[in-house]
Amino acid sequence: MALLIQSEIVVSQETDQRPMAEPPASEAFSTAGNPEVSSPPAMERVYRHRLPVRISHWLNVPFLIILIMSGLQIFNAHPALYWGDRSDRDQPMLSIRSVQADSGETKGITTILGHYFDTTGVLGYSNGMRRAFPDWATIPSAKWLAMGRQWHLFFAWLFVINGLIFTAYAFASRHAARDLTPTGKDWRGIGKSLKDHLSLRHPSGEEAKRYNVLQKLAYAAILFIVAPLIVLTGLAMSPTIDIAFPWILIILGGRQAARTIHFVACFSFVSFIVIHVFQVILTGSFNNIRSMVTGWSIIKREEVRHEA
Amino acid sequence: MKHERAMERRRFLKGTLGAASLVALSGCDNLTQSGWFPSVLNKAERWTEAVQRAVTPKDALAKEYGVADIPKIFPANGNTDPGTEQYAEHVARSFSGWMLEVVGLVQVPRSWSLAALKELPARTQITRHDCVEGWSAIGKWTGIPVGDLMRQVEPLPNARYAIFHCADVDDEGIAYYESIAVADCYHPQTILAYELNDTPLDVPHGAPLRLRFERQLGYKQAKYVTKIELVESLTGIGGGKGGYWEDQGYEWYAGI
Repeated sequence: MALLIQSEIVVSQETDQRPMAEPPASEAFSTAGNPEVSSPPAMERVYRHRLPVRISHWLNVPFLIILIMSGLQIFNAHPALYWGDRSDRDQPMLSIRSVQADSGETKGITTILGHYFDTTGVLGYSNGMRRAFPDWATIPSAKWLAMGRQWHLFFAWLFVINGLIFTAYAFASRHAARDLTPTGKDWRGIGKSLKDHLSLRHPSGEEAKRYNVLQKLAYAAILFIVAPLIVLTGLAMSPTIDIAFPWILIILGGRQAARTIHFVACFSFVSFIVIHVFQVILTGSFNNIRSMVTGWSIIKREEVRHEA
Repeated sequence: MKHERAMERRRFLKGTLGAASLVALSGCDNLTQSGWFPSVLNKAERWTEAVQRAVTPKDALAKEYGVADIPKIFPANGNTDPGTEQYAEHVARSFSGWMLEVVGLVQVPRSWSLAALKELPARTQITRHDCVEGWSAIGKWTGIPVGDLMRQVEPLPNARYAIFHCADVDDEGIAYYESIAVADCYHPQTILAYELNDTPLDVPHGAPLRLRFERQLGYKQAKYVTKIELVESLTGIGGGKGGYWEDQGYEWYAGI
């Protein structure tokens, strides 16, 4: 039923005054304009995520995990990154190697723009194996480029199809314009929002019904910049696609540059996921996960909290 | 009350994360080992081929670079020396007795000596080699367009694949071979190269003849080519997947 009301975020109010700690069990709700509501309710049920968004979100969980882990398997076949069109092996921007120290000990060495880091145990050398990313981070766990590619290139298709459906929906339904685009007021409040985030204070009440400005920017950037970029740079590594669309490598700066950007975009996804999961836990994992599963989120009203 | 809920929440999260990583790690490995799952994954190769062939004009050329783009070293990968006695003899005689046969589903089977091939009109191209491992190198290749050879042997209508048989065998004695679509043999940049960077091919780079097929990845670029065989189906040749690397699980369509 709620799914039919898609033009606005639907707000329902719980009229019974339950103790704060217990979420209302009742599924019944009245609309915001209900005249019977006289006193400020303890909490509101907000219809936060519509079905297409929820489906797309949860599909991306396995898709991204598989793409990242199989991608690291592929990276392990040549664990070095370059700029331009070719790989000059004497001057990579990043490389992950294992070296034999004078003591006979094997070390993992990561080099970024000429700076060396000892990353033994994680990068370069881990669990007694000479490999860039460790076995717990790759699909398959053993070194197996052919199978890593099979996983990666299959799930890349699913990821792209999911992304295209989501994008079409987000623009057609105005989800992108309404929920993900910062307003003028948002931009003016960005300093305060930044300060709040850094001190781990989160919006509540009315403010929590919509995405805050940093949230909007993070989601919009990952959805409409990083995701398209990771697909474009992935395609740019295809020799056939480079023939069909030569402009791709011209704008990206070469095939090896595309591979480097693909890797950076991957770790933008990893960073996003880490921060996203951290914020989900911080702001109430149960309520957040429920709202991404059922669509409904419980928002506590500030006035009531002040009284209590 | 609140504390208990927090504990419960933490347990729930821990359980979820633990289960998720277990599924991600051992689950994926189990799926990989299963018979059916890799064949599902394999479907992507057909989708990729269909889409890439549809969006790429038949005769569109791969980017050709300038002399300044050629690096000092063009890495040699895969097999860098066939290591057989027969091949060593060819090396000793500077490949003067090397023959290339074109056989199978053709009107006029033919063979050429290396010297005769070098008499044919050649093509030179400075192109990028993209290895399946991720690296790229740029090299200047000179050779005979495979399409020219095809026009001489006249493939039969049912010839679908061109198998490139090679002189090298791996440690277990399995012979190298590769295959591409007969249609792709006619692409102007599909050549049998005998020179790299203005010098005759050396042994690590596939002397005396190797395939350059610029639309696909490095593992398709068969070295030490002795014979091109046109066939209708890949079954019964090597492991049946169309190439040495394909038999090891790599895609036959290596466009990405």
